Amino acid sequence: MARLPFPLPGLIEQFGPHVNVTPPGGWQSTGEPDRLVQTHCCFCGQQCGIQLKVKDNKVVGFEPWEDFPFNRGKLCPKGVKRYLQNEHPDRLLHALERRDGTGFVPVGYGDAIDRIVSEIQRVQHAHGRDAVAVLGGASFTNERAYVLGKFARVALRTANIDYNGRLCMVSAGAASKKVFGVDRSANPWSDIPKADVILIAGSNVAECSPITTDYLWSARENGARIIVLDPRMTPIARTADLYIPVRSGGDIGVFNSMLYLLIERGWIDRDFIANHTTGWDAVERTIRSYPPERGAQIAGVPASMIVRAAEMWGPARTSFLLHARGIEHHSKGVDNCSAALNLVVATGRIGREGCGYAMITGQGNGQGGREQGQKADQLPGARDIENAEHRQHVARVWGVDEPTIPHKGLTAVPLVEAIHDGRIKALISFCFNPTVSLPDGNFAREALERLEFYANVDFFLSETSRYADIVLPCALMEEDEGTTTNVEGRVIHHKKAVDPPGEAKEDWRIVCDLAAKLGAGDKFQFSSPREIFDELRIASRGGVADYYGITWERIDREYGVFWPCPSEDHPGTPRLYEGNRFGHPDGKAHFQPVEWRPAAEEPDTEYPIILTTGRVVAHYLSGTQTRRIGGLVAQSPEPRCEIHPKLAASLGIADGDFVRVESRRGAVVVRALVVKTIRPDTVFVPYHWPHDRSANNMTSRAIDPVSHIPEYKICAVRVLKVSRPTDAMAAVPQQAGGLG
Amino acid sequence: MSELRFVIDYSRCIGCQACVQACEECDTHRGRSMIHLETIRRAESVQTAPQVCMHCDDPICAQVCPADAIKKTADGVVQSSLKPRCIGCSNCVLACPFGVPKYDGYVDQMMKCDMCYDRTSVGKRPMCATVCPSQALSFTTLEEIERTRHGVPTNTWRFGNEMVRTKVFVMLPSKASAVQIDRVTGRTSATPTPPPIDDVAALLEGM
Repeated sequence: MARLPFPLPGLIEQFGPHVNVTPPGGWQSTGEPDRLVQTHCCFCGQQCGIQLKVKDNKVVGFEPWEDFPFNRGKLCPKGVKRYLQNEHPDRLLHALERRDGTGFVPVGYGDAIDRIVSEIQRVQHAHGRDAVAVLGGASFTNERAYVLGKFARVALRTANIDYNGRLCMVSAGAASKKVFGVDRSANPWSDIPKADVILIAGSNVAECSPITTDYLWSARENGARIIVLDPRMTPIARTADLYIPVRSGGDIGVFNSMLYLLIERGWIDRDFIANHTTGWDAVERTIRSYPPERGAQIAGVPASMIVRAAEMWGPARTSFLLHARGIEHHSKGVDNCSAALNLVVATGRIGREGCGYAMITGQGNGQGGREQGQKADQLPGARDIENAEHRQHVARVWGVDEPTIPHKGLTAVPLVEAIHDGRIKALISFCFNPTVSLPDGNFAREALERLEFYANVDFFLSETSRYADIVLPCALMEEDEGTTTNVEGRVIHHKKAVDPPGEAKEDWRIVCDLAAKLGAGDKFQFSSPREIFDELRIASRGGVADYYGITWERIDREYGVFWPCPSEDHPGTPRLYEGNRFGHPDGKAHFQPVEWRPAAEEPDTEYPIILTTGRVVAHYLSGTQTRRIGGLVAQSPEPRCEIHPKLAASLGIADGDFVRVESRRGAVVVRALVVKTIRPDTVFVPYHWPHDRSANNMTSRAIDPVSHIPEYKICAVRVLKVSRPTDAMAAVPQQAGGLG
Repeated sequence: MSELRFVIDYSRCIGCQACVQACEECDTHRGRSMIHLETIRRAESVQTAPQVCMHCDDPICAQVCPADAIKKTADGVVQSSLKPRCIGCSNCVLACPFGVPKYDGYVDQMMKCDMCYDRTSVGKRPMCATVCPSQALSFTTLEEIERTRHGVPTNTWRFGNEMVRTKVFVMLPSKASAVQIDRVTGRTSATPTPPPIDDVAALLEGM
């Protein structure tokens, strides 16, 4: 019975999101802090170094950390303002229990743990172990991700655990594994300025990974030429040497036709292909049917742009591919990435200085969060849960019999579908706000309403927490310690700045307490995240993502250590595939032939416009954190629908008008932002807001057959001019999903 | 080591507002952001441009101040108005060719960018130029700029026949001794080409 216990406006008034504008102690100069804590920003996969100012056990400000080599003090607005979370008035200080009609009431931590465990035991007894599911998050540290995966497999023994990285990095990861045998960016960021040509596919770098901008501009200063594929003319696209305004889902048209031209003009490395790859013949056969005219038709751009792209990429001495969610959030996301990677492999430009590729991680620990075993199909060390040898290794580390480890469970979207159709009865979720971040939001909310029991762990009462029977308050990144793995595969150290407030506890401690109550305490005798990391090192030993040689001391000394790092005297591996040794057992790169196919839902007469979704620079993911921070809410208070003046004029829409954007699944009412910087067949709505402002009301549950990533980047909508809404949800504050 | 210089490269700006948010965190004016980030014409383009105080050698704001409230430090930083002197007349606001000083009614005085004097005077870099993700704002030596950038830094401005020299440099795309501004429309000699076409529909014409 997880329906909302109280009308929304009342819950919002009580629990927020409210906006915290003022630092602890007011805006007056803080003077000298008690200490500066060198740690990292938590608000994207770049994981920039930052120093937090601490005074009287409060985070009172920040100071740039110019020694940290990745960002040298640079920060985006999210990093600058992140310190305003700790003393936030919305912080949950006690466990909460739902009371129908009144909302939530505080309960003791022990009582809350008891209730969760008794509900789990009841459901598992009545419906089987897999009827209880766990959802985790890629903003977790490696330690938390590790302990949560182990908890699901050892304490709950449910197959059904997955994480919100399923909505982020899995297409990129799956393609990299297919082609190179390893799921990691191949190069450190220091290779970017050394490339002659850079292809940026589906990445709004300026807003989603702002720090990377300086690397790109440094490359440009060195003479690099930059190609950008995006349906919107983003700040990076605006000054690129070649901007290709590709139609969402048309990327394969560009990639395959570029390869067609590379073959035709002799710009491929036949020696490299012969000695270090497999599968070329099949690719070459496929590519024959992608002359630039066909690619242009698929991509919705002039063929001359594809020819220019090939002419820039083909003869270059060094090159770098950067790709992100723009090509990955598709029901063909893995194929999109594979088609792009084929351009890297065919030219043999990988595994050396200035040559290679990277996927731009979205979530804080997008890289490490998927390696430690909270993913439906993986065990620690990025091991395969269906591989007998891998299972044996992990079973030995855990001290369990291999057959007791469940096999592959449901991934995020099918898992929520299983909740909707009643196969899964109870859910424990951490670090995840699915009512905002999952596609088809109305369906996701309906699913949560059908749970028999739902326990939610968060530091604020998120839009999803409101559906819970029990909410446990947890610690922010700066209230716990641990490691994450940044966009480059560099393992870094998040230090604790202050204690968690009230009865809030570190997520790993909550997991260990639940495990103990479930009778698995002997497997979860961790008294610190460091002990978890030391077990993680052993569990990952010999795996693809081998952390065995990484210690916290080394991380601090060396400004992070790149995995794989199999021993303490190993220097770590900033650049993969040096000497053309790839991650597959045969040591070769495996070409993947890719045929273009349409999206699951293309525009039609009824819903004639493409909707694409994404981020704005001031917000992070579902906004649970950033929609509570004053400066960031002021910068982006509510979502707007970007629409080209040609399309707007045909619909009678002027800048600032309210528009209803609706798909077959749901709608939003937002203001129009009429701009020439978007394709006229496409509208864009950012996804950080809830309720009637949630872009995911419209997106579809179609997933990639391999990665199971949802198709956030294309669905069919219609757009109508409407009058200003006057309903109750329009009247709540903007950061809560209302309209200003 | 050579003197650290504040250098603006407008072509690098991505409009992220890290500078605006970080400026607010500077201790001398905490809670009030002094940097201006201009969105040029959002309907047409995503182009943006940051504007800090240029710290003129002979500051016009100080020249026109009837209360002698605006002082320049020995190291060339033009300060916000002195609170006991400022009469809030806004002469400086009107006179500044860069549009930098603003009269703040809350504190009843003119406030502006002071190049993070609390930081730069003790060897730290200004907040905005430290955090700027695109390094459109940077604080470094001119040697480093020459080594790592394509363009040419200049700190000489010609407003019609009037020459202004500033402590802050801006990057020009090619050899030019000064930024020439003849009319208030803002067209400069450094941008002789027409503005780039930022209309995606125009790029797709002929499809």
